Amino acid sequence: MRVAIAGAGPSGLYLAILLRKAGHEVTVYERNAPDATFGWGVVLSEETLGELRDADRLSHERITDALARWSTVDIRHGGETIRAGGHSFTAIARRNLLAILQQRAAELGAELRFGAEVDEPPEADLRVAADGSNSRTRARYFSAKVVPQGGKYVWFGTDLVLDAFTFAFRETEFGLFQAHAYPFDEHMSTWIVECAEPVWRRAGLDRMSEEESIAFCEELFADDLAGHGLRSNRSLWLDFPLVRCPSWHQGNLVLLGDAAHTAHFSIGSGTKLAMEDAIALADALARHTDLDAALTAYELERQPVVERFQLMAGDSAAYFERTANYTGFSPLQFSFNLLTRSGRVTHAGLAQRDPGLVRRVDAWFANNAAPGAVGPPPLFAPLAALDLPNRLVAEASVDTAVDRARAGTGLVVAGPVAATRQGRSTVETPLFDEAEWAALADKVHDAGARLGLRLTHAGARAATEQPDVPLPADRAWPIVAASPVRYGPFAQLPTELTGIEGTVQAFRDTAAAIAQTGVDVLELDMADGNLLAGFLSPLTNRRTDEWGDRHAFPLAVFDAVRAVWPRKLSVRLTVADWSPGGTTVADGIAFARALREHGVDLVHVRAGHTRPDFQPEYRRGYLTTLSDRVRAEAGVPTQVGGYLTTLDEINTVVAAGRADLCVLAEAAP
Amino acid sequence: MNPRPEGVTLVRIGLGLPNTVPGGAAALLDWARRADDGPFDTVAVLDRLRYDSVDPFAALSAAAAVTTRVGLATMIAIGPLRAPAMLAKQALSVHALSGGRCTLGLGIGARHDDYAAAEVDPRTRGAALSRQLAYLRGELAASGVGPAGPAFGRDIPLLVGGGSGTAFARMARHADGYAHGGGPARAFASAAAKARAAWQDHGRQGEPQLWGQAYVALESPEEGRAYLRDYYAFTGPFADKIAAGALTTVRAVRDLVRGYADAGCDNLILFPTTASLSDVDRLTEALTSSAPLAPPRSTHAPGALPIPAQPIPAQPVRDPRLAP
Repeated sequence: MRVAIAGAGPSGLYLAILLRKAGHEVTVYERNAPDATFGWGVVLSEETLGELRDADRLSHERITDALARWSTVDIRHGGETIRAGGHSFTAIARRNLLAILQQRAAELGAELRFGAEVDEPPEADLRVAADGSNSRTRARYFSAKVVPQGGKYVWFGTDLVLDAFTFAFRETEFGLFQAHAYPFDEHMSTWIVECAEPVWRRAGLDRMSEEESIAFCEELFADDLAGHGLRSNRSLWLDFPLVRCPSWHQGNLVLLGDAAHTAHFSIGSGTKLAMEDAIALADALARHTDLDAALTAYELERQPVVERFQLMAGDSAAYFERTANYTGFSPLQFSFNLLTRSGRVTHAGLAQRDPGLVRRVDAWFANNAAPGAVGPPPLFAPLAALDLPNRLVAEASVDTAVDRARAGTGLVVAGPVAATRQGRSTVETPLFDEAEWAALADKVHDAGARLGLRLTHAGARAATEQPDVPLPADRAWPIVAASPVRYGPFAQLPTELTGIEGTVQAFRDTAAAIAQTGVDVLELDMADGNLLAGFLSPLTNRRTDEWGDRHAFPLAVFDAVRAVWPRKLSVRLTVADWSPGGTTVADGIAFARALREHGVDLVHVRAGHTRPDFQPEYRRGYLTTLSDRVRAEAGVPTQVGGYLTTLDEINTVVAAGRADLCVLAEAAP
Repeated sequence: MNPRPEGVTLVRIGLGLPNTVPGGAAALLDWARRADDGPFDTVAVLDRLRYDSVDPFAALSAAAAVTTRVGLATMIAIGPLRAPAMLAKQALSVHALSGGRCTLGLGIGARHDDYAAAEVDPRTRGAALSRQLAYLRGELAASGVGPAGPAFGRDIPLLVGGGSGTAFARMARHADGYAHGGGPARAFASAAAKARAAWQDHGRQGEPQLWGQAYVALESPEEGRAYLRDYYAFTGPFADKIAAGALTTVRAVRDLVRGYADAGCDNLILFPTTASLSDVDRLTEALTSSAPLAPPRSTHAPGALPIPAQPIPAQPVRDPRLAP
């Protein structure tokens, strides 16, 4: 078979090697000269090295001879360095990697044509576009989505030889900057500088020349660089292009590496994924008897892997855009948060890599500052601010609350209880019953837990049957909401709430009555499209009176309850509607800030459900980032659910400071 | 939904009827009879308007007449192509004619030309499906369309398919389970996690039923793949991936069943790609032990699936372009 490859980067060259070994005729077309290379060192994983060894022993040997290997990550922030061990990193000078691959490909008889300006691989039996993230071939034949991801970044080299993957954070008058730096041979290290776009603009970097920007970064990281300089190699500030392409082949044309997909540099997987692509493609071509089938198999094998890395890389990129949120964290928590940013490393994973570090994190989290202290796993650390024995929350009915308390949950939130008869979601939704809750509180306390009660008014979602079907007209009662907006098709049309003061009074009176029992935490429902949440969203609050100010009524109810409720007060809050035209995360955070000013003790982070046709992105921990942002940007303790099914996830979330309390989802059978 | 005994991996297997396969109309009753003889728990049908195919409810009604045991499911029917009352009537009719064996799986489908042919606006199809589900679950009772008896979501299980977050939310709000669109076991597992997350997000008790599906082309893989490329031609390059995912060996069937079982699949429907009954023989062989045929399992008593090893090697024919 004749193969034409456009692009002599790592994936194109490596494919040339593998296909020559399989006996195919290979020509590689590269626009630049053989020694022209951009960027400094690239990271490979141990896993990738194993695959390279199996695919071609000779080039693997030469690559491993040129590698820098290390096992530690240093996180420098606020004058302290936290060192995390047990990781295994390898990196190589991009220049060396390319030289090794060029030599090997040439030895095997591949034809390498440098200085060959091609817009797409020329005609051949198989045409491979390995022409990078700006692939012209892709632009011409494929419908990819390319969007900027993360902050602004610039890729430098330095002759400071680091002994760890180093994250260095520097606060400036313009905002926070961070360096991602790692050694790649015995003389040099890569030094990537990154910051959020507004910070970059405020610092004037958008207007600086290359020399000015180097000088700026050298001064910024002078302490970390210890007298060494930064070196440029066409080092311009860039936006990272996230490339997603639904299909990677068409006829006999196939995309490889960055041409097909990218993953944010902060998880260091671009070269790894590209070279693994080459292995998978060569393998598929050897295994299949039909070219279409081979290209389809290549795509089917690689796409799920790439999607997984893109998901992690997306979380990592978003984390690095938010790092300014965490500068108030203690160095240990700051580091733990950084190390667990992409979901790839969890509390348990980190404990295997560096038991000493995790022991320090656990002891710190449990407020034990003694030298050599040990602490329980973070989810079992008490939460003093809310007087809770641990970080687990269960949402239960009155019937199951005691069981959940006995199961070891620190806080059992039972309910909901409706503030008014009209606000009952179903005929079974109870109003507050003092004797029942007093008895329940005793039992839950005896089981070692605290009792919470969710107080609600279902608003437009009242008068239904489970699950969420409007009651037939003969059994329904008239319902009220912020504005007359139906909760979904065939739902009863609510009338605009007119008895504002009466409703406030009902919440206040119920809270006062609850205060007569041993209930420890009152959770006020401002979520899921119920009455108070309906006031918060422009989709459901169309009032023109004073209650058209969307914070006004929920805050009025909050203040009335706060005035009579002596213990911990939580708000279950829809932070974002996840619907076009609805509230945004920024709106939710602004309201959470208002709640903090009014004396809230905890925000239970929810999203969506304002309208039934909202647009969630379900996955494990799908609410965690929202909780993280509310906690950091509104400055309130948070509780989060969002399908956390393992204790390890919860240990990670609470120790990283993304939430204070977690709802453990019932695991699948 | 039956509780899953602890520590046992169970998946019930259903047989797809050839209602969208060329020549399928003539073979459909034989397929249904064979399914009723076991080892299948359900027969299921696809829905496609602008294609040479049999209407799903007509197909299930016909199947109802020649079967006594198997469940009858749409997997899925494109709900918005039908007015809500008409859809309810069709499903209620299958339910009545079959002595209460209907499961209604609904989705929005992926083909705009089906919507054009039905003269339905595809832009609002998601909202239309939500409205339809709300109708089936509530409004229908007072509409006079159906008998007073069976209710969707109680007597007639509702499944909802689709891959968007909105689709998962729609499923969790209205339905009893999720109808997955097919793919490798890991894709099913990922969708299953989303379905469970959506279920809990909506405060539903227990677990959603999880239904999966796959295409089988055992007897004539090439013919089967060619059919899939044609049937899915509207998806462009995706058609090749669907064709590549067809199960062409007994081992592939068993591996997929095992993978889906591990991912928590409750019902896995194996759809045909040709009308040839010999594929039913091969499937039966794949799903039962080489020892005497297992007795047909009742719909209400799931049994563990025996999976003996018996690979059938495929005979390769090399693409001349791949020659070194």
